[in-house]
This record gives sequence, structure tokens and C-alpha cells, in this order.
Amino acid sequence: MATYDPAELPELLKLYYRRLFPYAQYYRWLNYGGVIKNYFQHREFSFTLKDDIYIRYQSFSNQRDLEKEMQKMNPYKIDIGAVYSHRPNQHNTVKLGAFQAQEKELVFDIDMTDYDDVRRCCSSADICSKCWTLMTMAIHIIDRALKEDFGFKHRLWVYSGRRGVHCWVCDESVRKLSSAVRSGIVEYLSLVKGGQDVKKKVHLSEKIHPFVSKSINIIKKYFEEYALVDQDILENKETWDKILALVPETIHEKLQQNFQKHHNSLQRWECLKKAISSQDIKNDKCGHWLELEIMLQYCFPRLDINVSKGINHLLKSPFSVHPKTGRISVPIDLQKVDQFDPFTVPTISSVCHELDAVSTNDEGKEGNEAESDIKHRTRDYKKTSLAPYIKVFEQFLENLDKSRKGELLKKSDLQKDF
Amino acid sequence: MQFSGGMRKKLRLGGDQRKASYPHSLQFYLEPPSENISLIEFESLAIDRVKLLKAVENLGVSYVKGIEPYQSKLENEIRRLKFSFRESLEDEYEPRRKDHISHFILRLAYCQSEDLRRWFIQQEMDLLRFRFSILPKDKIRNFLKDSHLQFEAISDEEKSLREQEILASSPSLCGSKLDLDSESVYKIPFADALDLFRGRKVYLEGGFAYVPLRDIVAIVLNEFRAKLSKALALTARSLPAVQSDERLQPLLNHLSHSYTGQDYTIQKNAGKISLDQIDSLSTKSFPPCMRQLHKALRENHHLRHGGRMQYGLFLKGIGLTLEQALQFWKQEFIRGKMDPDKILDLVKGTHYQVACQKYFEMIHNVDDCGFSLNHPNQFFFESQRILNGSKDIRKESIQPETPQPKPSVQKTKDASSALAYLNSSLEMDMEGLEDYFSE
Repeated sequence: MATYDPAELPELLKLYYRRLFPYAQYYRWLNYGGVIKNYFQHREFSFTLKDDIYIRYQSFSNQRDLEKEMQKMNPYKIDIGAVYSHRPNQHNTVKLGAFQAQEKELVFDIDMTDYDDVRRCCSSADICSKCWTLMTMAIHIIDRALKEDFGFKHRLWVYSGRRGVHCWVCDESVRKLSSAVRSGIVEYLSLVKGGQDVKKKVHLSEKIHPFVSKSINIIKKYFEEYALVDQDILENKETWDKILALVPETIHEKLQQNFQKHHNSLQRWECLKKAISSQDIKNDKCGHWLELEIMLQYCFPRLDINVSKGINHLLKSPFSVHPKTGRISVPIDLQKVDQFDPFTVPTISSVCHELDAVSTNDEGKEGNEAESDIKHRTRDYKKTSLAPYIKVFEQFLENLDKSRKGELLKKSDLQKDF
Repeated sequence: MQFSGGMRKKLRLGGDQRKASYPHSLQFYLEPPSENISLIEFESLAIDRVKLLKAVENLGVSYVKGIEPYQSKLENEIRRLKFSFRESLEDEYEPRRKDHISHFILRLAYCQSEDLRRWFIQQEMDLLRFRFSILPKDKIRNFLKDSHLQFEAISDEEKSLREQEILASSPSLCGSKLDLDSESVYKIPFADALDLFRGRKVYLEGGFAYVPLRDIVAIVLNEFRAKLSKALALTARSLPAVQSDERLQPLLNHLSHSYTGQDYTIQKNAGKISLDQIDSLSTKSFPPCMRQLHKALRENHHLRHGGRMQYGLFLKGIGLTLEQALQFWKQEFIRGKMDPDKILDLVKGTHYQVACQKYFEMIHNVDDCGFSLNHPNQFFFESQRILNGSKDIRKESIQPETPQPKPSVQKTKDASSALAYLNSSLEMDMEGLEDYFSE
């Protein structure tokens, strides 16, 4: 794989937007079957151009228009915003107060930086295979809740390109949800509370809500390998002191002694569990569920409420490129979440390289110049490592189509259209 | 089809028909009233409801909602004003009708600004919450059914399938199987149960919240708030048409600012206080608003027109005669000082009347002032009542602990030139004042 050099980005993007970006599928998504008039035309996009020039309120008449503009402007980053009451690119002509954001997918942004207090291997923008498990757990936990508790059917999970994942919930009813309900959903999904100055961030009530117990069951599958082996959270005094800060002082001394006697995190964790469940520490400060609270603090997903609650919030588009890493924001296959490896996600340089290699080979075979550009391109991405990810995206679109057809049938049945 | 022409007769509802039009002691006010009523009744119904909602507000700030003594105090207010609240053996038609009509009249008055709407919705919600809290269980089911809320009770099989989850989710359920057996569980779209699901206080499955009957209140109130908010917005749009009716315009305009208590402009206590008492009275029995004016006058030797008007009327109400008033405006007054935090908090929350009431209770050392404060003169009257133990205001001898007015009298005696200056500047201030005292 070719290594990515940010200096090459403008050239690479030219090729990417001309030959690889999946415009047809992208338009199929955002057009949502054309059921609502002007849904695509009223959608806001924002572009970040070279030299950090940021332009908002971009909108397009159709797929061809989108394509032309993207190829012309060569954006480094593309964000998707809300569907407005009017065409965003004409918002200045609208009477004051009349230009309103009306609908948008429910989105979530899970960022590895938010876990810096509980991961030892990396910090800030860095990620590695040891801490990526946090994202794996987050996807399982959040997706289960969105699907089973809230009944959301159309959930697209996307790698952000650097240090996290995004989720786009695209159900028709969900796009209409108010800001208050969106905030409520994030609240329902939140357990870890408090900033840097708060030591213990999870407090469970005596009665455990099914959402919490189901989430804990998911975490239990990964905890030993993730926390006790990979993160080694009880490796030495420095690390186990952080855990001790979460348990009552009355058992600190005993635990310090016991920890010294043992050789690894797994053994020390057993010690800790025993000490916690012993009778003498059950009091005000120590709830019934201390062991679970520690696990949750180290593993439970952390959501940014501001990303989810605003209907007009702009979020990085799937299939856009991350300028710093060169990685493409690809959809994640929900059937293979555990196998997803961010380090094998194609970069723009690698896919362009693959395309070049293929084109040279194909030169002899292609004879018909009258073949439409689109058809050409449709097969282009298939020749690169982008192909499987576009397949995931197409499956997602199929499901949307099926639902839509189902709804239309229901409606026409109700109206007795035969 | 032939219709008989001629005058439409006003239907007198017979007993059963009356019951049918208001089958419950509370309602969501979905349908506006359609009868004709007189202007007098229009006005009196509106005023009564304003009194009720103000009482709701007052009680809500002074006591914890949902428990005693809030519950019985509110019940007394409702009963006193003859609104409906509870099923009783007597004929419930009149109080329910009154409730219905007065609510819709107040929509006209309170839809006009964000602040008014917010206030109206808050008090109506608190009122509904109270009424719902005293509904017997069997009546709740019927009420919900009739209100066209999308509440489906789930079958027993469905309940038992999810029993563990429902018990684990609802804080209000005690966690024993028995509890759930007798109680209905309603299946509601999750977005309609926002206040419950956001705090994980309800079981969610497949986009539905499984809400036990006892938690239904939160949802009912949410529905109510949403509907009322929309209705007020709609009302505001049709308001110009209503306001063009000359009979209604003055009433509606003043309703939201109306004072509905005792009339203090009639002088009952003229000549019963002396000027030298005003200093001590201002610290003991003046509400902060009047004390403020008093202080400002003292410091600046001047009050603007609005202040003179307010303060002048107040002084008249406490018993100052015209001559005394004229003299008063020429004297200087001593200020006091007093600021506990709790009272300030109420002020910050714009609960001025309650803050003042608390202030009254504090300076008179009583736990409960025993009245609902809403007029500066009432404050003075009640204060004097406590201090003197009688209804009349006796002429007090000057209290030794309060600063003496004597020095100031001396001051005016000595500084006659200052007085002359005062006199001339005060002449201008006096202009409006005389008019009030000659009423």
C-alpha cells in the first residue's frame, strides 16, 4: 500500500472525485426515494477547501450537479447538515426567520479522545489496536439499544477516518425528531458523567435498568482481554492507584498488600472483586454495584451530546477523506464489527494507486469509447479495496428501499388504492 | 331534506345531558365552549380563574407540590372559588362548566406574549397535575380513554413476558410481582414519554415505552403542555379578530395584569398615623417596594412621577391625610437595611410577591403570615395588626431603639434655608399629589 503524503492530497482528491467517489449510491441515500419533494435540494453540505477555507450552505439540484461542484471545488472535507425549508444556497434571499432546519438523521460521534482518562496506550488523536476495542464495545452497546430499545431500523456506522466512529440513524420518523427528544436519547444512553475533576464517574441505583444490564453483559465479553490484558489496568502501583481511587479507603491498605503479592492484572482483579463484595465496606459511599461501576467507567461508551441534539449540526460525510490520515470514512459492516481494523481501512493514496495499476492493465481491453463515464466509474471502485465498503453501503440502501416500499404499500392500502 | 326555519331554541340541558357534557372532574380543554354567556359572567369567570391560577402559583412556590400541606391548601382554594376538582355527590355541572369556559377565556388573555404563555401553561399544568393526583384509580382509566390519548393497555400475557424488565425499570414500582399484577401497563411511542425515558425510568422495547399506570401522569402532562402550547399559538393568530370586539378588548388587555384583591384606595384609616411614625413604620411594616421609594425620596429629595404616584397612594392607604402628606414630603427619612439570602433567591426567580411575603414573615417572626400577599397596603395593614394586636392603628410613641426623628426635625428647624430650597423643589413634586388626596 502506498503511504499517504498530505502534500499529494489535492491531486489525489482530483482523481478520487473523478473516478472513485460513489455519487450514485450517495445520491440514492440522501434522496430517500424522492418521496418528499426537494428533500435532496434542500440539504445543506459544507466544504472545507484548501488552506482551511470553509464554506457553508452548499446545496445541489441533483446528482450531476453535486458531482460537477465537487469536482470543481475539490473539497478536502465534506460535511452533511440538515434539510432546510429552502435551498441552502439561496438562504440569503429568504425572509428573516423563515429559513429553518427541518429534518436530519439522528447522529452520534464517538471519539477516542474522550477516553483519555481510562486508556494507557495512547492519548488524544492516537489510536492503536489495544484501545480500539473501546470502539468495538461502543458500537455493540449503542447499536443494540438503538435497534432493540428504540426500534430504529436504518443505522449506518462509519469510521471517522482517524480516532472514532459515527452513527447515522436514517429512519423516516427519526429524521423528524425534535432536539429535545434527541437529547433525551443521548441521556438514556449515557452512564459516564463528570469531567477531569470527578474521580468516580459512574453511579448505579439499586435497581438496574435493562439497558444497563444488557450493556454490562456486552462489556463482560471483552473486559478480561481488553482491560486486564491489553490495557493492563492493574499492572503496577501507578495504574492500580487509579482504580483504588474509586473504592472506599477502608480497603486500600489491604488491597495494596494483596496486589503486591500477585503477579498480573487478572489475579489482582479477582482480589479486588473479593474485597468489594465483603461485608465490611457496604455503606453510603459504596453501592451494591461497585465492581460493575468500575467496569463501566473503563469501558462504557462516551457520547458527545452536542453532536446529537442539534438538528442543524454538521457531521463529516461518509466517503469523505480525512486530510491528516488520508483514510476514507468507510461504512462498518455490523456483522463484522469485531473484525474491523481501522489500520486496514483504505487510504486515498492506496485506492488511487490501485486504480492506476488496474487502468494500466485494462488499457488494452477497453475499446468502446462511447461508454458513459458513469458506467466506467461504477466499475472503477470495484477494482479497489473500496469495493467491500461500498457493498456494505448498498446493503444499507437496499434496506431503506425495502422499508420505503413497505410504507408506501401500507399507505396505499389504507387509502384503498388498488 | 327540509329543515324547519325559524328561531333556533336554546336548549336547556336536562340532568343526564348535563352530566354527559362534562363526564369528568377534570379535562384537557380540547373543545371550546359553544354557549352564549353574558359579559358579566364572562368577566367574573375570567377573574375567578386568574385568582385560582395565582393561588396555584403562590402555593407552588411556598410549599412542596404533591404532598401536604400543598394538597389540602390547593383543594381549599379550588373549592372556595367553586371550580371542579373532585367527584362529589353534588351536582358537578356548574363547577365543571365554569372550569371549561374560564380556561378558554384566559387563553385569549394569556396567548399574547411568550412570558404570559409560559406562566399560563405552568399554572394550568400544576392545576391538572393536582386534579389528576386525586383521581381514584378506576376514574383514571375512564378519563384516559375519553381523552383520545394514544394509550393502549397491554394484555396480561404481554405484561408477564416483560414483567422483570418493567419491574426493573420503573422506580415507582416496588419490585414485587404483586404490584404489577393489579396495575395496568400502557404501551406508548417512546417520544411521547420523554420525561420518563431520558432518565431511564421506564422500560423501552421496539420504540415503545411500557408505562405503569402510576407513571402515566408525567406523560399526560407532557401531552397537555404540547397541546396547550400549540393552541395558544393558534389563539394568538386569531386574536386581532377577538380584540376588535370593543366589549372584550379592555377586559382581555387588563386581565393578565389584574389585581384581584382588596381595594385600598378608600381611606379607612385617615389621620391614624403621625408623620413621625413613618420612619419606624417604614422599617417595620412597609413592603420593600415602598421602603425603596421612601429611601429614594429621602436620599434624593425627589421622586419621579411614577414613584410619587405609587408612594402617594400607599401613604393615603395607610392613613395619611392631605396635610400630613404635604408635610411629609418636606421631611427627611432614615433608612434601614435588611437582606437575607433566601428572600433574594425568590426575587431572582421573579417571585416578587412571595419574596415579600417571606420578608413579612421574617421581620414579624411568624412561620406563616396567614394571608396571601398582593398589595403594598395589605402588607402595612397586616403588619400593624400583628404589631399592635388590634385592627386600628394606634398612634405610637416613638420607639427607643429606632433612630429618632427629632434630630431631623431639628435639622429642618435650623436649616431654614435648606427648607426653603426643599419647599421650592417639592412644590413641583406636590403638583400631582394633591389630586390623589382630593379623590
